[in-house]
Amino acid sequence: MAANTQPGRKKRESRGWLAANRWLLLRRLSQVGILGLFLLGPLAGIWIVKGNLSSSLTLDTLPLTDPHLLLQVLASGQIPEWSGWIGAGIVLLFYLLVGGRLFCSWVCPVNLVTDLAAWLRRRLGIRQSANLSRNTRYWMLGLTLVLPPVTGTIAWELINPVSLFHRGIIFGMGLAWTVILAVFLFDLLVSKRGWCGRLCPVGAFYSLLAWKSVWRVSARRRQQCDDCMDCFNVCPEPHVIRPALKGEGKGFGPVILDINCTNCGRCIDVCDQDVFEFSTRFKNRIESAGDPVTEGGKASSS
Amino acid sequence: MTTQTDRPPRDAGRRQFLVDTLRSACGVGLFGLGLGLFSGRASSLPAMRLRPPGALPEGEFEAACIRCGLCVRDCPYDILHLADVADQDLATGTPYFIARTDPCQMCEDIPCIQHCPTPALDRGLDDINESRMGLAVLVDQETCIAYLGLRCEVCFNICPIRGEAITLEYRHNPRSGKHALFLPIVHSDACTGCGLCEHACILDEAAIKVFPLKLAKGELGKHYRLGWKEKAKHGGALVTPDVEHHYNLPKGVEYDLQGKGLIIEDQAGKAKGGVPETPFSSNPLDTLNNSSLGRP
Repeated sequence: MAANTQPGRKKRESRGWLAANRWLLLRRLSQVGILGLFLLGPLAGIWIVKGNLSSSLTLDTLPLTDPHLLLQVLASGQIPEWSGWIGAGIVLLFYLLVGGRLFCSWVCPVNLVTDLAAWLRRRLGIRQSANLSRNTRYWMLGLTLVLPPVTGTIAWELINPVSLFHRGIIFGMGLAWTVILAVFLFDLLVSKRGWCGRLCPVGAFYSLLAWKSVWRVSARRRQQCDDCMDCFNVCPEPHVIRPALKGEGKGFGPVILDINCTNCGRCIDVCDQDVFEFSTRFKNRIESAGDPVTEGGKASSS
Repeated sequence: MTTQTDRPPRDAGRRQFLVDTLRSACGVGLFGLGLGLFSGRASSLPAMRLRPPGALPEGEFEAACIRCGLCVRDCPYDILHLADVADQDLATGTPYFIARTDPCQMCEDIPCIQHCPTPALDRGLDDINESRMGLAVLVDQETCIAYLGLRCEVCFNICPIRGEAITLEYRHNPRSGKHALFLPIVHSDACTGCGLCEHACILDEAAIKVFPLKLAKGELGKHYRLGWKEKAKHGGALVTPDVEHHYNLPKGVEYDLQGKGLIIEDQAGKAKGGVPETPFSSNPLDTLNNSSLGRP
């Protein structure tokens, strides 16, 4: 049970805290750093980035726009300005390359909240979880695109926790914290990884961009897996691991190709056997047990 | 364990899939219904919240606005705010300003609209005087001190389009009998709704307020045509002209309805000095006999 409540403990004890939390630290740095860039303007008067995750302007030249929001604007019958198109195009290209749900784990501020809920859930040993299909998010995604033409407004943005939270941090929280608290309690008490993993239409939209994305986690040294289950316990989308880690006999390559892998790298962090590493979707050959790469083990990390 | 064990597992799996799918769809549908109904309530346009210059009409604005806050950041006077989620009357995250506390300062280069990534704020607007953020309305003549007979004219003087958006109308003060009232009159063809007048109004609660155009303006029925304008456009009467009205007046006397009043022609063809003689005969029967109305 100890492994259940504290995945990564074995690695932490053998290799130190830093080794067991490297990608987590980088991820938090990225999340907080992006918030910091947005906050430098209003707090310190240093205007590097203006706006918020919905649409922003960096150094008064680079526009970035959330393509999911742009789609909702279009669905409501409005044609964006050129800067909106260019901004959305840049974001689309980036996530098509690195995997859409990289947004979820490296950028989205709600991830800080739901990760906290998941951590607390593990520590408190809360096992009960409502049976919500992971596909519910795609129905939600459909809803966000059906509501604009029906209601004549971007209805989802009235309560979207992602933009509420980010806008709240940068422009003033108001009562947006109540929605964020609701997400936290929902994840903690109602459904395990319920918001990000089952309901959030923003994540569902970005997952579609991972269809052919290059940047991937690979279970390259899967022969070394000792079935400790730490990766499954820590992963926000544990269903994505199985084919890559355990599917060798069924002809699955070692690269995690599921569009809902968020590229958070937590599996890399917690694995005591160094099974996982960041790689590309092209390195998906099925290597035999006698392959020098797998024998070389830890020496060949890149 | 009295379930139908004779059912093939493939079929059971399909049933389970259908039930699961329907469950998700119904749950999301219910949520969507709630959100859809809520969205109507969250866009009811409160009277005291004004949109930035160049904003699309309410309704279209919420559909186009991406809620990024670039307009808020670009406003040099920091008057704009983004609506809170608890703001029941305004779509979450959309920009607004409150004229009484922070009116629009009417920057000539209109920085707030320059980076808008959607058509929510019209980047084509190049003259701030052409913007229509709302319309000032003198809502309370009972407290406006100009109507009480005092000299104020603060709204008139602060107006950035002074003398056009707000003019002063001079009227006799019937209370004192010997003073004038200097009444502020707003003209919708020039007022931009910047709110400087409301901000400057010296009362505890402003007597002049800026409302969104939808609330401040009346609108003629679409079928309405103004006869005199149509006549001018056409270059002549479009319908059979009315019969000219003839007043029951003696010869040499006319009455002009549009200002000149009674016109007495000089029968001798030269001006008479002093007080004109009355054109009316001292015999009332003459008047009756002269009547054009009496013609058969």
